[in-house]
Amino acid sequence: MALSASKLKVGDTHEEQVVEDLKRTQLVQYSGASGDYNPVHTDEIFATKVAGYPSVFAHGMLSMGMTGKMLTNYVGDGRLTKYGVRFTRQVWPGDNLTAKATVKEIREEEGGHIVDLDVSTVNQDGVVVISGYASARVDP
Amino acid sequence: MAVEKFPVEASHILMFARSVGDFNKIYSDEEYAKTTEPESIIAPPTFVQASAQFDPDYFLRPKPGKTWFGSGKEPTGVKKEAGGGGGGGGGGLHAEQHYEYHRHPKPGDVLTATEKPGKKWEKQGKRSGKLFFSETVTEYRDQNGELVVTARSVGVQTERPVDQ
Repeated sequence: MALSASKLKVGDTHEEQVVEDLKRTQLVQYSGASGDYNPVHTDEIFATKVAGYPSVFAHGMLSMGMTGKMLTNYVGDGRLTKYGVRFTRQVWPGDNLTAKATVKEIREEEGGHIVDLDVSTVNQDGVVVISGYASARVDP
Repeated sequence: MAVEKFPVEASHILMFARSVGDFNKIYSDEEYAKTTEPESIIAPPTFVQASAQFDPDYFLRPKPGKTWFGSGKEPTGVKKEAGGGGGGGGGGLHAEQHYEYHRHPKPGDVLTATEKPGKKWEKQGKRSGKLFFSETVTEYRDQNGELVVTARSVGVQTERPVDQ
């Protein structure tokens, strides 16, 4: 269901846990689907012995994709007009991620209604891993 | 990435949606999708990233006759450590990603992606030494030449792996 401008208020939030105990298998799935086979995401030996990380870690785009699920669940299918993020921390196997959208502004543009959202995803320690924004078309 | 032909297919959308843990039926069930506002399967918001599959030169995919920097018999297939400073291994780390949706791609679309380099800048990082940022703008157009998605990506090369 689409959101309605008349019912939205600045400061409204929508939050979802988008992954619990992130599995290395999901990193493999994302590599295969996206085509990004960088071994830092799936190859523990390379990631630890060559790249110098404590383990493999998630593609930034996987975190963005999981956060996008929260957004489309909130604003409805096909309604997003903008979505952008900064990757502020790496995401590791075993992490739990919670993504949140906060209504920043409700406005009119070219005769339609738009909601602007702040977007933030945190891990189990409350550390922000993704920080960004989105805009979506909403009903009047 | 520059891609001449990125055919958007339902099975690819299904696999991609599963990989981000999104089980919304609009990404997998054509009959259900007809009952939704878009009236069709559509691509999830970050799907165009998968155009990498259709870039013949994409550097993060093993290719015949080329050395691959992932582990085999040895921890890496290349003699010298890959990447600049060992940050992301092959091409640094992804710092930012931005999308503007003119419409959402759907199965049957055949997209092209054209790339333009953007700004470059440097910054001193707290956890990984000097940071070298570079921006790329990618325009995804459909079979009619219409703009579908505009993407802006910022990559960063780090001096050393990011401190944890």
